[in-house]
Amino acid sequence: MTELTSLTIAAALKGLEKGDFTAVELTQAHLDKMDKYRALNAFIVETPDLAKKQAQESDKRRASGTVGALEGIPLGIKDLFCTKGVQTTAASHILEGFIPQYESTVTSKLFEDGAIMLGKMNLDEFAMGSSNTTSYFGNVISPWKNKNKPDAQLVPGGSSGGSAAAVSAGMVMGATGTDTGGSIRQPAAFCGISGIKPTYGRCSRWGIVAFASSLDQAGTFARTVEDNAIMLRSMSGHDPKDSTSAKIAVPDFTKALTGDIRGKTVGIPKEYRVDGMPAEIEKLWQQGIDWIHASGAKTVEVSLPHTKYALATYYVIAPAEASSNLARYDGVRYGLRIPSENLRETYEKTRAEGFGDEVKRRIMIGTYVLSAGYYDAYYIKAQKVRRLIVNDFMNAFEKCDVLLTPTAPSGPFAIGENDDDPIKMYLNDVFTVPASLAGLPGMSVPAGLDADSLPLGLQIIGRPWDEETVFKVAGVIESLAQFTHRPA
Amino acid sequence: MAQTIQGKTGEWEIVIGMEIHAQIISESKLFSGASATFGGEPNTHVSFVDAAMPGMLPVLNEKCVEQAIRTGLGLNAQINKNSIFARKNYFYPDLPQGYQISQYEKPIVGQGKIEIDLAGGQTKEIGITRLHLEQDAGKSVHDLHPKKSYVDLNRSGCALMEIVSDPDIRGPEEATAYLSKIRMILRYLGTCDGNMEEGSMRADVNISVRKPGAPYGTRCEVKNVNSLKAVQQAIEFEAVRQVEILEDGGSIDQETRLWDPAKMETRSMRSKEEAHDYRYFPDPDLLPLNLEQGWIDGIKKTLPELPDQKKHRFIETYGLSAYDAGVLIAERERADYFETATKGRDAKLAANWVINELLGILNKNGKTIADSPVSAANLGGLIELISDDTISGKIAKDVFADMFATGKAPAAIVEEKGLKQVTDTGFIETVINEVIAENPDNVAAYRGGKDKLFGFFVGQVMKKTQGKANPGAVNDLLKKKLDG
Repeated sequence: MTELTSLTIAAALKGLEKGDFTAVELTQAHLDKMDKYRALNAFIVETPDLAKKQAQESDKRRASGTVGALEGIPLGIKDLFCTKGVQTTAASHILEGFIPQYESTVTSKLFEDGAIMLGKMNLDEFAMGSSNTTSYFGNVISPWKNKNKPDAQLVPGGSSGGSAAAVSAGMVMGATGTDTGGSIRQPAAFCGISGIKPTYGRCSRWGIVAFASSLDQAGTFARTVEDNAIMLRSMSGHDPKDSTSAKIAVPDFTKALTGDIRGKTVGIPKEYRVDGMPAEIEKLWQQGIDWIHASGAKTVEVSLPHTKYALATYYVIAPAEASSNLARYDGVRYGLRIPSENLRETYEKTRAEGFGDEVKRRIMIGTYVLSAGYYDAYYIKAQKVRRLIVNDFMNAFEKCDVLLTPTAPSGPFAIGENDDDPIKMYLNDVFTVPASLAGLPGMSVPAGLDADSLPLGLQIIGRPWDEETVFKVAGVIESLAQFTHRPA
Repeated sequence: MAQTIQGKTGEWEIVIGMEIHAQIISESKLFSGASATFGGEPNTHVSFVDAAMPGMLPVLNEKCVEQAIRTGLGLNAQINKNSIFARKNYFYPDLPQGYQISQYEKPIVGQGKIEIDLAGGQTKEIGITRLHLEQDAGKSVHDLHPKKSYVDLNRSGCALMEIVSDPDIRGPEEATAYLSKIRMILRYLGTCDGNMEEGSMRADVNISVRKPGAPYGTRCEVKNVNSLKAVQQAIEFEAVRQVEILEDGGSIDQETRLWDPAKMETRSMRSKEEAHDYRYFPDPDLLPLNLEQGWIDGIKKTLPELPDQKKHRFIETYGLSAYDAGVLIAERERADYFETATKGRDAKLAANWVINELLGILNKNGKTIADSPVSAANLGGLIELISDDTISGKIAKDVFADMFATGKAPAAIVEEKGLKQVTDTGFIETVINEVIAENPDNVAAYRGGKDKLFGFFVGQVMKKTQGKANPGAVNDLLKKKLDG
């Protein structure tokens, strides 16, 4: 029998159904794997006791004939999702020790479908970062190794680095993530797994620690496209508690995985051929185009003329919203408080000590762009450009069904490599940010290895609410790429 | 009727614009399901949203939107079918989110106007600039501990309407008239209880002065003006302060000032330079608010008759004076009471009884019309007894006092105490004969020309009948007997 920790979710569900193993056994196998890979620092909090209890209950439910869509499947939950009774930190010192008295809508739905939580996954502080090096609880280390620099510790990508690393290493079968500018797609690419950010409004944001409300969207990580489809269906749906969640029916996404994309048109945005893009990324992209052709679909070059403004737009809007969203961490009601002689000092000391440098940088940028005298030049201008970027995509989708792009402009890099230059770090998201600004579904699938034997991903971007076509095309690329590499 | 200040250099005009914060009457808060009722132990009406726990999101309460639309319609204002909620960012412990959700560039209600009532039955139109919806903050309590402050979040997130007037108000009389009229309209609409003591209605007053006809002067915003009296006093003080500065060659700093009711003065709270930069921006957690015309029309159909309409109807239908009508419509319940009491009866008499007798005794006993022991139907009954000569106006006052004390119906009291007027001329004649027989000297004096003694005879007859004899009949019969 295959090792339990290398099964897909789909295979594990079948195994559980046939009685090949129990949820308790499946969970234990993953807990053992967590022991083995603890040095990767993928978890902020491990919840083995809760997991075992959930697994026992799952086995009981299965015995009594009640079987949810994720019955008995061990998952990792990004520590941005509030989990009732389990510390939730957003990887920030300012929330250390905070135990929510409520369960996020997304995790509630997963648990209702029988999922098991193995723990809370590490991330960049408040999901701000592309390398998982801003967490107060330490860096997450990728399970992958650079064959040319075997001693270097690599980043798993970010912000959902813990989720991606754990799925890749087989510690969890799938994991939740959130994606504001690429926080699911880029780490999925870096860790050689699949991950999808659905359409903005597909999953409820209720109970997810907010970073940038108009961009934040929950999504999934798993080792196969199908597993993502299973998980996403479970997590999605309208939530009256989130005014921005959409009243749109959730289809069974797995039904879209027909392997047949004949007659589809895949757009290739010419503006994504950026200067200085490594040749191996170019090559991977071309490979993807060839696979599309080989599958009986056609490709068409499309133009997204405002792409070059996307990063700048993102780094006005996201910090603006963050500066306001993070105002509630003031030391008054929960989390860290550094007591002082007066109110102002209490605020200043609490926030100075509670937030890390990247978070502070973004709060300052955000405060600046919303300030009197600068608001029109930055925030309003950015909103206008955002609209133009949305229009670009809508025009492109007149000519094609989905877009195919590389997920990231480079392969995984070593921890510390980009730390001295925030702009260089921000460039990691150059291919993922535009779809975030437009609220579009985007998925990364592993498609090849770079010269260092590290994974590279391709991104499929779809029309609003058309995750099905995204899954369909991703499934085809997955089957043709035959990406079977796993970290050592 | 502009109210002006006479300075050393001549006449100054006071220019006032007001911002009224009115708490919306609703079951739950503007963006959460927590109770919005007043009172309760500290921090017992607080949801996770109100406490701004991580990941919590606001969901707009439809009832509060309806109340805002209602109010907008009552202020004869434009209802904006598209409006936007924005965040007003600032730090304070009683503001858990670190921002107040308010409306900034696109409020739910735009331009409107109301009529205010001034002395001598004059009226004046005051423009409404806008009305917007926003969250209330919690309450900081600083006097429970020498070094600590406490925070009560019960009010945090409750719905407020901010009603902004045009700078059309001239002087303290108009300002209090404006505030009273707004309060009256909100109470009629049932959108705010208008209780300034409990803070459910608060006013900020923007004051500037200018020479008549000159452009607007620099204004100061005066906060903490929490009663009609305070509005008047604060304006009187602040206008004089500004005139004195200007006449001494100084200039007014645009600033926020605080009214100190103990010292009877305004003092600087923060200058323009210290003013907060609230960094308003559209709240990304909330969609733009789009209203359907059908809904607005539906709400319009449920609007009650508003104070001004009612006043005009009272004058026309009941023939009341503008003053009496104004007093009666000041509260919706008072107007309803009057209309019940006067139904099918003499309206002027009913108005007199409500205004002079009922309101007087209620006021003296610290009661409101809602808990009046004399029901409107019973007061109507009393008026009927007067009109049909069952009792005299004088007796009626005694009966009314009895009604107020016991809550009994007037007919029952009249019956019980035998207060029915005596109109039986035979009986009255008998009494008159007695009186004439008992006072031969006075009779002689009267007949000898001392006309003034007539009153003595009336008094004697009334005394013998315990005041129940019909005064008209007594007069007629006495005249006949004495003069005859």
